[in-house]
Amino acid sequence: MDKIRIGLFIPCYIDQFYPQVGIATFELLQKLDIEVVYPEKQTCCGQPLANSGAEKEAIPVYQNFVRNFSEFDYIVTPSGSCAYHVKEHYNILEQTEQVKRVRANIYELCEFITDILKIDDLKIDFPYKVGIHQSCHGLRGLKLGSSSELITTRYSKVHRLLEKANGIEIITLDREDECCGFGGTFSIFEPHVSVKMGKARISDHERNGAEIITATDMSCLMHLEGIIRRENKKIKVVHIAEILNNNRL
Amino acid sequence: MKGHSYKAGIFLKDESRADWHDKTLWMVRQKRDKAARSVADWEDLRERASSIKEQVLSNLDFYLSEFEQRAVENGVKVHRASDAQEFNEIVYKIVTDNNAKLVVKSKSMLTEECGLNTFLEQRGLEVVDTDLGERIIQFRKEPPSHIVLPAIHLKKEEIGELFHEKLNTPKGMSDPVLLTSAARTHLREKFLSAGVAITGVNFAVAETGSVVVCTNEGNADMGVHAAPVQIHCMGIEKLVPQTRDLAVFTRLLARNATGQPITAYTSHYRKPKPRGEMHIVIVDNGRSDRLKSDIHRSSLKCIRCGACMNTCPVYRRSGGHSYGYLIPGPIGSILAPSYNIKKHTDLPFASSLCMSCSNVCPVKIDIHDQLYKWRQELSEKGAFSPVKGLVLKIAGFILSKSALYDFSGKVARVALKWLPRRMVYSKINVWGWERELPAVPQESFKKWYSKNSGKNNL
Repeated sequence: MDKIRIGLFIPCYIDQFYPQVGIATFELLQKLDIEVVYPEKQTCCGQPLANSGAEKEAIPVYQNFVRNFSEFDYIVTPSGSCAYHVKEHYNILEQTEQVKRVRANIYELCEFITDILKIDDLKIDFPYKVGIHQSCHGLRGLKLGSSSELITTRYSKVHRLLEKANGIEIITLDREDECCGFGGTFSIFEPHVSVKMGKARISDHERNGAEIITATDMSCLMHLEGIIRRENKKIKVVHIAEILNNNRL
Repeated sequence: MKGHSYKAGIFLKDESRADWHDKTLWMVRQKRDKAARSVADWEDLRERASSIKEQVLSNLDFYLSEFEQRAVENGVKVHRASDAQEFNEIVYKIVTDNNAKLVVKSKSMLTEECGLNTFLEQRGLEVVDTDLGERIIQFRKEPPSHIVLPAIHLKKEEIGELFHEKLNTPKGMSDPVLLTSAARTHLREKFLSAGVAITGVNFAVAETGSVVVCTNEGNADMGVHAAPVQIHCMGIEKLVPQTRDLAVFTRLLARNATGQPITAYTSHYRKPKPRGEMHIVIVDNGRSDRLKSDIHRSSLKCIRCGACMNTCPVYRRSGGHSYGYLIPGPIGSILAPSYNIKKHTDLPFASSLCMSCSNVCPVKIDIHDQLYKWRQELSEKGAFSPVKGLVLKIAGFILSKSALYDFSGKVARVALKWLPRRMVYSKINVWGWERELPAVPQESFKKWYSKNSGKNNL
């Protein structure tokens, strides 16, 4: 059987500010015996524009995305939020075969591993106390887990992957899936509430003994890290791709 | 204009009070979760409620005329008001026709929406809100900060102060039982002397022509039973087809609102009492315009449980008054712009789009998606400042051209690396007010990839 051929989408802010997350994702997928292609003309999924109300201005960005990614078996990205945006909001494009393919085949990294590759145990070590921040768009949009509001069977794809790591202790939070307050441009339009929400999340993790906060979205972690560094806190943020790739801290 | 963001900043200045507000409402959310879990088919019930409301909205004319016909057969006088002004005039006329000077009113967001109290007071009438929370904010001349818990922004000590001033309770008394008792005594007097009792309506049953009012304090009943004239005020969207539908909605409403299995009183009013008068005023006030909109019509399904406020991390940390609209929180943020798009431009942005609101909504309104769609609509209607519009246009251009994107990214990273801190963290860097920017890496992922992708073993 031919190898699965995926297009790797590295969100703009990860490309520019957190290349190590992109590298970890790339290395991890290669280890999983997949042909990984990174289309070099990719930019951004367009979400920052659309969430600001400029969906029309985002259309050329969407088109660029589709041009770069329509030829792959799957598109994989270390971001639940970007994957959700492509799935949910590329509905305003003319629904050509390419657009439909892109929307149907884009996966956040964890769900790609659990649902498509059907792997739970990545044979990794991570001897730390870890708090899992459930990023909203991954959780409630892509349904990577059951959200606390819904009265349904409980599950979490992120937990499934991390639980198997050697030495890991996953802490229980007081509020298991409250938003961190990043919210894209919300963090700029509403800086006070945004930061207050971030502080609340950080203290929940601290109170319950986490050494590391991890998440499927670096954007949430960028916001939390910004507060952690400003306030000289000890707790650290690590994107889940780095843990799953067995990176050493 | 000072919008939500500014007012939220003021709310958050008193951090411990903001924490208290957040915790209080989170507790309500937790009670809701517990109550919802006690119902085996909760998610089916939401689905059912949503589809009943859909059926009503799709056949609203039919149900409205069925309801009106039945109500008239029951001896009720039915009035229709197309807007707030007409509504207020209808109520005023009923009150003056009956020579009433004092009106008691149980909880009704519709009368708040139409500014009924002010209208009647300006014409020399006394209006007393009889829901305890409503009475408290009426004393304070304040709008409600929550649709179910109107005085949730206040602490019991502040209510003690207020009652000392207004009801002459002992100074420093803040025991909730004693304060409630003082309010009961005060309100009893009002109930006994009122000429007209006004209530809101939770549900109007088309097949029987009756209205249903849910309260915890029994104040709607006290008013209606004691006053010779009763007026029930409802928006056109309050209908349910049959009495049996209430089995869906009453199971959802209180559980979702406060975590109670059911409100202490679920009162059904069908016909006037002997020698009494019963009026129902059905109000449109912009609702049929919303009904016509494919995008916004589902907001008419709202049963005003307030759960979206309790769960909203933004609401809990900014308080109801920061929204500048009588219905705050997520649902208010999608309703307000349809009344006044210029005034409420900020509200669809007062959300991180975390989707928790849509998940708790008992009638499954896609609140987060409507917030998103309002943002697009505001931008299309030119409600943004020219600067913001231009920035977004430029960003769109850059992000659609990969070479330009690479170049801009590089410029930004070089600038962040070499500019002095005081320039990077100047006042216009809103991110940097209370947060550090990410550390600047050596190179972008793209650069790393182009250098390393040729190698076999990465």
